[in-house]
Amino acid sequence: MRRRRAFWFWVFVGPFAAGLALFTYVPLLWSVGLSFFDAHNTVTPTDFVGLDNYTAMLKDSAFTGSLRTFLVFTAFIVPVTFALSLALALMVNRVRRAQAFFRSVFFLPAACSYVVAALIWKMSIFNGVRFGLANTLLGWFGTDPVAWLSTTRPPWYWLVIVTVRLWLQAGFYMILFLAGLQRIDPVLYEAAAVDGARPGWTVLRHITLPQLRATSVAVLLLLVINAFQAFDEFYNLLSDARGYPPYARPPLVYLYYTALGQGQNLGLGSAGAVILALIIAIVTVGQARWLRLGRSEEE
Amino acid sequence: MTISRRTLLGAGAGIGVGVLGGCGSNTGRGGGGSGGVRLAQWYHQYGEAGTEQAVKRYAGAYTKARVTVQWRPGNYDQQTAAALLTDSGPDVFEVNGPSLDQIQGKQVEDLTALLDGVKDDFNPAVLAPKTYQGKVYGIPQTIDMQMLYYRKSMLRDAGVRPPRTLDELVDAAQKLSDSKVKGLFLGNDGGAGVLGGTPLYAAGLQLVTEDGKVGFDDPAAARALGKLRELYAGKALLLGAPTDWSDPSAFLQGLTAMQWSGLWALPQVQKELGDDFGVLPFPGDGSHGKPTVPVGAYGAAVSARSKEREAAKAYVRWLWVERTDYQEDFALGYGFHIPARISLAKKAAKLRTGAAADAVRFATDHGYAQPLLWTPASQTAYQDALSRIIKDGANPESELRGVVRKVTAELDRVKHTS
Repeated sequence: MRRRRAFWFWVFVGPFAAGLALFTYVPLLWSVGLSFFDAHNTVTPTDFVGLDNYTAMLKDSAFTGSLRTFLVFTAFIVPVTFALSLALALMVNRVRRAQAFFRSVFFLPAACSYVVAALIWKMSIFNGVRFGLANTLLGWFGTDPVAWLSTTRPPWYWLVIVTVRLWLQAGFYMILFLAGLQRIDPVLYEAAAVDGARPGWTVLRHITLPQLRATSVAVLLLLVINAFQAFDEFYNLLSDARGYPPYARPPLVYLYYTALGQGQNLGLGSAGAVILALIIAIVTVGQARWLRLGRSEEE
Repeated sequence: MTISRRTLLGAGAGIGVGVLGGCGSNTGRGGGGSGGVRLAQWYHQYGEAGTEQAVKRYAGAYTKARVTVQWRPGNYDQQTAAALLTDSGPDVFEVNGPSLDQIQGKQVEDLTALLDGVKDDFNPAVLAPKTYQGKVYGIPQTIDMQMLYYRKSMLRDAGVRPPRTLDELVDAAQKLSDSKVKGLFLGNDGGAGVLGGTPLYAAGLQLVTEDGKVGFDDPAAARALGKLRELYAGKALLLGAPTDWSDPSAFLQGLTAMQWSGLWALPQVQKELGDDFGVLPFPGDGSHGKPTVPVGAYGAAVSARSKEREAAKAYVRWLWVERTDYQEDFALGYGFHIPARISLAKKAAKLRTGAAADAVRFATDHGYAQPLLWTPASQTAYQDALSRIIKDGANPESELRGVVRKVTAELDRVKHTS
């Protein structure tokens, strides 16, 4: 019986495990290997360079600048998305009628492609000429058109990048929070009411937020990892056939150009990818420990 | 009918094998036919209607091999660069290069012998970046160039004459700008991407000198780039247009009085504006400056990993050296390009009059091509600096000092590799 179960286990899990190994772990290990070689235009290099690629990447102002870019992005997008999706969840949770409708309306953007949304933002809403949607609204108040994606002082491009991501992902995290809210035992609220707690900030602070702790930790981890992996909206909003501007260039975009652009410096790109993976791992583990992920309340 | 678990599993496995078998089976090397040599040829996606059908017609007319054409939309340069790492890539492919790293990495074949007896008939400006240590690695197909389009009526109404110097260009763009129309469109990034080395050449400098050194370690470089900042700071540049510099829409819609764009836009501009436009090279700057236009050419290259390298070379020679009728058709039958063969460019009727004739003259007299030694890393460093100068008002001298250091290191690297 046990052998039979093991057989079926491997029949069903085996293909996926093989796929994971073949398409994820082999390339990952290969990439780590490449990072120690001079690998211009080759995936089978012979010229071992030790840690030179790592040194070059860490000295490269474009790469370190890209790390700064995504730190700024993360520092902003994570708390804002967290607050917005939680607020949406609280609102939708309180709606007595047509809750499914509102849930769907807010969730719908999550089904939209980042590429499509970025192009709509770039070409229709935030294009820089007078007939763009945002500039038309500004024009009603007598303001000159703003070149949203081309103006670095003030950095209006952040407004475009941040709003498109908020629109795309707030609904998804709202659903997670909503699931968390609906798991809170109503008895707690009733007991609080009996004790004289008025609905509002007090109940939110002392009952709702503590009860959402596990959901909040998961949402925060997902948000941070997603922010570190930002690529699609940055690339589609700001790149053109001739390249990419140095401002708002997150690490993945820079590594894409280094390893897969005409440069094809696969060794240097791999070193950058390893550095980035280490940063993500350290931040994620640190954040999980700080937020006591996986520990029970009593510990 | 009931389906047992075993039947379902068997069917699933069958589908899986079919799907996996299908994955990667389309290498573009042809198939289905029997016998003979088969070649796969890749092109990037041209915007002009009819080009794809034309190249398939040329391939179909070749009798010594069965040639399958793949028309590849998307990031073509990245696609070919990745395909050259494998055995399943193309035999013959169009390339915006090849790059120095591709040549030094021995990814492309030496095609020097294909030009025996006709090398002098190819435009030297575009052949030079395909030549390394005396060997040719790409056969130029057609020449593209960029230039400045201006609206005659708008300049006349503003009392501005077509600019002949960079100072005049800055001055004209500012006079032509108001709340509804901007003076000049250099792309949505303010020109950092498309202009590249053009302002340096206009100042009488180069990206890389003949002897392989940095060609812009000179105060004239900072001065010329500083003038691009004046354009941006003076709010004379159109920014954030729905289409970028390569599309003439902003110019045709009256959003800008002048636009930097390509020769390919000329038929559309002519159709929409009739005689109400003119073309100019990028104006010179300073006492050693000169008018400048960037030229470039997609070329045909042969993959070094092709199993049919000799047949591929024979095909390239047939199509891009011998069949001059196809070359002329490809350059002028669908879009608007200058044939890479000087003799063809001279006799092409469409290039003999008006703005087209001016463009050909600019390409011949003032054309420069990006040097082969100008690597992508150098390009990124320079373009980043240019963006910071134009948009952030960064100091041109200090920015260029950083670029000179980076480019010097890159030149040392490629010399070490060779």
